[in-house]
Amino acid sequence: MSNHGHDPARVHAHGSTGQYVTGYLISLVLTIIPLLFVLTHSLSRTGLVVTIMVTAVLQFFVQLFLFMHIRQKQDGGPHWHGMGMVLGVVIALTIVGGSIWVMSFNEQVQ
Amino acid sequence: MEYRLASSKGHAEHHNPGPINQLGFWLFLISDCLLFASIFACYAILNTHTDGGQGAKELFDVPIFVTETFLLLTSSFTSGLAMLALQKGKKAALLNWLVITAILGAGFIGLEVSEFANLVADGATISRSAFLTSFFTLVGTHGCHVTFGLIWMITLMVQIKKRGINAKTTNKVGLFSLYWHFLDAIWIFIFSVVYLMGVM
Repeated sequence: MSNHGHDPARVHAHGSTGQYVTGYLISLVLTIIPLLFVLTHSLSRTGLVVTIMVTAVLQFFVQLFLFMHIRQKQDGGPHWHGMGMVLGVVIALTIVGGSIWVMSFNEQVQ
Repeated sequence: MEYRLASSKGHAEHHNPGPINQLGFWLFLISDCLLFASIFACYAILNTHTDGGQGAKELFDVPIFVTETFLLLTSSFTSGLAMLALQKGKKAALLNWLVITAILGAGFIGLEVSEFANLVADGATISRSAFLTSFFTLVGTHGCHVTFGLIWMITLMVQIKKRGINAKTTNKVGLFSLYWHFLDAIWIFIFSVVYLMGVM
């Protein structure tokens, strides 16, 4: 623990080639799946929206976990950036969801 | 502060600014996430407000935005490979992967600029409708981030070429790769919400 400052490689020690290749392949598949459904119109409108959002969120997790190594803690300290990201996502969802919800009353007040 | 004390026993910061810099950079990414959430909210509300002009379905070109997506996704992957080369201390491989990442990123920006130019030539300017205002703001903000990333990448390549792999450049490349992966994560939602839902 005491000599970690002398070893720059420890900054990001958890990535491996396998992890990046896996992440890349999963991302490709998760990009192609909604694209094919949209181009072939093989689902209802709601079905398409659900498929697009589910694959997008899954791919977001691939980036966070396999590429950005969000689970990797720095030298045993509290997991600040993981907690921050959870808070950030909660606020982001509140901004987007709340705005759409509030503005859905637009027709009623005009 | 507590974070640094807990993590380094108040000693290592002279040699390696890594952990506290990383935490600070994560906080920047999270706040950037909120910036994008706000303009996504605008787009989600305004995307139907076309003022009688052309909508997403008429304007967006499937091959172009799909190519953009694959370019950025692949560049996110190659920036990860640059990180691996860095960890192994391979300077030449690190520089090569950074060059490939930069070329892919430049390809993405080139396509986006030509896409915007075509839209404007079509009369779909930023002031045409609320839909187009929110579209150009959202996609343009992401494009500005990518452009900044390209400039950052070039300065990193110059530094690594001159000074080699040391604690400082290692830390900088680590932060850069986080930034680049983050931009791809944001693009996933632009691809899904703006383009895929636009043309479906």
